[in-house]
Amino acid sequence: MPPSVDPKKPPQTLMQGNVAVAEAAIRVGCRFFGGYPITPSSEVMMRIAQLLRENNGTFIQMEDEIASICAVIGASWSGAKAMTATSGPGFSLMQEGLGYAYFTETPLVLVDVQRAGPATGQATHVAQGDVMQFKYGSHGDYYPIALAPWSVQELYDLTIRSFNLAEKYRVPVFLATDEAIGHARENIEIYEEFEIVDRVREGEGMPFGHDAPDGVPVMPAFGDGASLMVTGSTHNPQGFRKVDDPDVHNNLVTRLMRKTMDHVDDIVETEEYFLDDAEIAFFAFGISARTAVAAVRRLREKGVKAGLLRTRTLWPFPEKQITEVGKQVRALIVPELNKGMMASVARGYSQAPVHQINKTNGYVLEPEELIEYVEEELS
Amino acid sequence: MEKYNVYAARLLPKVDYLGSGHRACQGCGEVLAMRLVHKALGKNTIVASATGCMEIISSPYPESAWKVPWIHVAFENSAAVASGIEAGYKALMRKGKYPKRKINFVGYGGDGATADIGLQWLSGAMERGHDMVYVCYDNEAYMNTGIQRSSATPLGASTTTSPAGKASTGQQTWKKNMPEIIAAHNVPYVATVNPSYPFDMFQKVQKAAATPGPAYVHVYSSCPTGWRMRPELAVQIGRLATETGIFPLYEVENGVYRMTHEEGDLRPVRDYLKPQGRFRHLTDDLIDSIQARIRQDYRKLQLKVRMSQEERDGDE
Ligand SMILES: Cc1ncc(C[n+]2csc(CCOP(=O)(O)OP(=O)(O)O)c2C)c(N)n1
Ligand SMILES: [Mg+2]
Repeated sequence: MPPSVDPKKPPQTLMQGNVAVAEAAIRVGCRFFGGYPITPSSEVMMRIAQLLRENNGTFIQMEDEIASICAVIGASWSGAKAMTATSGPGFSLMQEGLGYAYFTETPLVLVDVQRAGPATGQATHVAQGDVMQFKYGSHGDYYPIALAPWSVQELYDLTIRSFNLAEKYRVPVFLATDEAIGHARENIEIYEEFEIVDRVREGEGMPFGHDAPDGVPVMPAFGDGASLMVTGSTHNPQGFRKVDDPDVHNNLVTRLMRKTMDHVDDIVETEEYFLDDAEIAFFAFGISARTAVAAVRRLREKGVKAGLLRTRTLWPFPEKQITEVGKQVRALIVPELNKGMMASVARGYSQAPVHQINKTNGYVLEPEELIEYVEEELS
Repeated sequence: MEKYNVYAARLLPKVDYLGSGHRACQGCGEVLAMRLVHKALGKNTIVASATGCMEIISSPYPESAWKVPWIHVAFENSAAVASGIEAGYKALMRKGKYPKRKINFVGYGGDGATADIGLQWLSGAMERGHDMVYVCYDNEAYMNTGIQRSSATPLGASTTTSPAGKASTGQQTWKKNMPEIIAAHNVPYVATVNPSYPFDMFQKVQKAAATPGPAYVHVYSSCPTGWRMRPELAVQIGRLATETGIFPLYEVENGVYRMTHEEGDLRPVRDYLKPQGRFRHLTDDLIDSIQARIRQDYRKLQLKVRMSQEERDGDE
């Protein structure tokens, strides 16, 4: 499907983060949005409601988040690229549906504009507290993809990438953003052409199985002619419910894991800043990586050999990259807006000791806080 | 009373359990209603509140306004929380741990909390028969998060997710009838109230509290901010809502319908729609069709009242 943008409209440059998500989603072919208002994500819904109307798509404001994620699942099986956006309490309510989407290989994109939790918490303040919920929110073995933008530009770009990965791997993809980026207004570049991936609707094989153990099965839509049965119970490659066969369950859970975990090189994206000769390194994502890059620049001016490994992918976790950096530096510092979630994962891969800088008061980290930590603890 | 645009309900109790100093907008009809509800409920009251404007404006330190125990759990579940409070209290009273006395267990929610996300929780509480009062403060949209439509938003109203413009005339669906849905649960008491009619409201809330078992009160709550109208019209617009038949005042007691405030000839709905920015875009045709539907609904309600009357007369 070609991206349908109104040629009369000049490309916008100054954009709010949440609005950028909506704009990018339309261009990559999203034609269904089911959602529910919640701060600080509502602008995504408000903008896409309008854009879908102009682009022959469908927007439904559902009666809650459980309904929202289920409508997105339904729309995806009808063949549409589908998305929802939420935050905190809404993300929690969606977990059952997300586990279902993962288990039934339903492509969808969920934008989580993180706010400070748990519970209602600080609805209008930033946090990065859902790191573990992306990976462990639903019950059972679960290997979804979570991307972490650090700017409005990246919110735009990674929205496109989220859809592409969802379509390519038939998996729910989380766009793990936060209040600070979602509400930021920045100049962005909107390019004319980019890659658009669409799910394979016709082809060899069963809709829930594949000869290759890490393969992605074809996904016909309802009405495409296949006699589809879709169930969140354990199912065989045809999709028939088969809950008492140990092999069927084990094969399915294993194949789903391999579908993402055997493709980490394709999925995981990291960026390095001043790492070549670094003696200490930050490891960060999202808004905290922006703090870190500023801190690194200033530390360099002071003669400290600091660097930054920034990840654009939370899950699958950038294991290899952490291992490499961990061999080189004498300390790895993880600044994040939670009590140390990414740091605890990084400890499993880094040979260098992992330090953590945590802020959980609803505000972003300042570069000074990072610089101070380095000067006091690591010089 | 028609002669006066503003009047004070001096005969109501002076004491307030929802104090002043809260953070509601100027002209908030919802907080006015909540204050009146608490005059009627009195001090032996425990409140379970849903997320929403009333939760936000009444609870922040140092502007917390509550003089009765209050709990906020989440957006969807005040009816379930109130169910638990009631059941827990009853158990402890039965065991003799607490003295036996009348306590009002109340659950609160806005229209979104009640008609959308919290509907099944409310249905469960009403069906189980807890001795509680559920109050829905209906300002006809999700106001706390920025004026998104709910299933209680009236046809034609412009909100941020049902915006009026070239492609749309605002909300496309007719308002969900919550009082009827709860009446269909066969609970002992259902009432509609409007703070522009404070005495009617006061009596019905007291009746709801005195009713053993579940009671449901649906409160008209004008919202100048979300409806884009002048704040000083908050009370007047409420009167127009009832005078036009858009928000009739009635009660359903053990299945028996009764109008508690009769309007002779209904005023044209145009009088109600005109002062509100959310309806500004409506064409004459649309207004006519709204008018027809309002008349029809009002007539249906009158028939239910008449049927109740005939049944009662037949019994005598
Ligand atoms: C699970 C969940 N979803 C969404 C929200 C966001 N939210 C908080 S209040 C609110 C709107 C409340 O609307 P309503 O119930 O009509 O009450 P009002 O604010 O209009 O009085 C929303 C959508 C939330 N807190 N929790
Ligand atoms: Mg409301």
